[in-house]
Amino acid sequence: MADIETTESPRNFTINFGPQHPAAHGVLRLVLELDGEVVERVDPHIGLLHRGTEKLLEHKTYLQGIGYFDRLDYVAPMNQEHAFCMAAERLAGITVPKRGQYVRVLYSEIGRILSHLLNVTTQAMDVGALTPPLWGFEEREKLMVFYERASGSRMHAHYFRPGGVHQDLPPELIQDIRAWCDSFPKALDDIDDLLTENRIFKQRNADIGIVSKEEALEWGFSGVMVRGSGMAWDLRRSQPYEVYDELEFNIPLGKNGDCYDRYLCRMEEMRESVKIMIQCCDWLMKPENQGEVLATDSKFSPPRRAEMKQSMEALIQHFKLYTEGVHVDAGEVYAAVEAPKGEFGVYLVADGSNKPYRVKIRAPGFAHLAAMDHLNRGHMLADVSAILGSLDIVFGEIDR
Amino acid sequence: MSEALQALGEHIAGQQESAVKSWSVTHGELTVEIHDDRIVDMLRFLRDDAACRFTSLIDICGVDYPQRAERFEVVYHLLSMQQNHRIRIKLAVDEDTAVPSVIELFPVANWFEREAFDMYGIAFSGHPDLRRLLTDYGFEGHPLRKDFPLTGFMEVRWDDEEKRVVYEPVELVQEYRDFDFMSPWEGAKYVIPGDEKAEG
Repeated sequence: MADIETTESPRNFTINFGPQHPAAHGVLRLVLELDGEVVERVDPHIGLLHRGTEKLLEHKTYLQGIGYFDRLDYVAPMNQEHAFCMAAERLAGITVPKRGQYVRVLYSEIGRILSHLLNVTTQAMDVGALTPPLWGFEEREKLMVFYERASGSRMHAHYFRPGGVHQDLPPELIQDIRAWCDSFPKALDDIDDLLTENRIFKQRNADIGIVSKEEALEWGFSGVMVRGSGMAWDLRRSQPYEVYDELEFNIPLGKNGDCYDRYLCRMEEMRESVKIMIQCCDWLMKPENQGEVLATDSKFSPPRRAEMKQSMEALIQHFKLYTEGVHVDAGEVYAAVEAPKGEFGVYLVADGSNKPYRVKIRAPGFAHLAAMDHLNRGHMLADVSAILGSLDIVFGEIDR
Repeated sequence: MSEALQALGEHIAGQQESAVKSWSVTHGELTVEIHDDRIVDMLRFLRDDAACRFTSLIDICGVDYPQRAERFEVVYHLLSMQQNHRIRIKLAVDEDTAVPSVIELFPVANWFEREAFDMYGIAFSGHPDLRRLLTDYGFEGHPLRKDFPLTGFMEVRWDDEEKRVVYEPVELVQEYRDFDFMSPWEGAKYVIPGDEKAEG
């Protein structure tokens, strides 16, 4: 060993962060080049969770494809389905009934809280606090029960369909969600008390991983990553879809663009999401707003059970819908939603058959992680996990 | 919205006459097709022009059309947060031509181009680090090409005797059931089984 010559200084070395590291938020391998404790270069190796979702989608009908979107960003499944359904709707020219839109918005906001709760609390865990995730996950569990009561599944919901949502919500469920909206701010205050003024949490996050407005643009950031830097950009407000333009909510902005501001943005966004959910619940409970949740005039919606007992045509339509699926006219479309992590987009190319010709999934986390090298240069080794936590990384969507 | 996009399309086509092949507004989205060697100039124009201000590169992806002479389409999606509009830029290349990289304009293109290279084998000239991104270390082939089978070529498993992960050619217990739903009334391009008997 003695004859190995080193040209670099003995302080320089390379370490592997992950793929099995609790702060890597899944399966991320970071090759870190360090000078002492200062990070000189970060080389993220991703793809350890690559399942070829885009390839699989080319071999599935539109209806079968929705399920794959639950497995992308698996902490907020329905927000992903939403983008795909919107793309298919735009190509097929379907309008969603009002009630369907409200149910979608309600569940998108549940997804946002699910995601932010996970991120805020695990970010706290990355910098040393163990209690917040335990408290946060208690609330997440309640939200997942709402997912289950609407769709039958806690995570892999397959609830949004082109043309609306699969089934209407039972009134008791809407009441329970409404009741949860009253109790949740208290739980959020508790987490707030634990973290916001916590000295260690501040020391680890304030002035760390600062993103300027120019950087946010050239690195293709979206969501909290641009709002934390003080840019008022939210697709729900700037390019409104569904009924977001009828609802009242604020867009919290950060000032410094550091990890701490992004944390504050997420905390505020959860409170805003609760506001939206309350408005949705109140609207959905009104007797004059009952009705269809799935566009009945589109070919995407199945016939009613009762009708199928009587009508041969209904039976045939049901069979064809669930085997062959719907043929979508040729064309291309890009649909984006404001997912909890940023702009989640689906670029859909249809060739007129019952399967998409090409689906490109634009995951917000992908662009954020691409800037990892840029954000970490010159920071200390311990800051890597803080920055990674504040990027809000979920590998399901990045590796696809 | 559509009128604004029409005006924008005319503006871009007028300013970048030599680069633009065609443009259209469909489904409320502006698509501009350009020549493959002009992408850097085009994106620089779109980023810096006062009427465009497309300052964020949202996505780069490939699309494969094996029957075309220029087999791949590279699709760029851009967003202007200042002007609040989007644009899609498309260009066509064959397997052997490299597309100029746009990293100098948008550093985020680094990963998007690596992904397109990994998935389709589209080369980007001027890219400093064109490695595979999503597939396994030592992976061969480009999985999103239409001629790449869904099942792939290699499978991995843990070998308990050798105490390591081994790579083997894929062995299917059952053939992949790729049902054909093309309706014979809507012009299936093959002889329906049994129809050949009618000739005799």
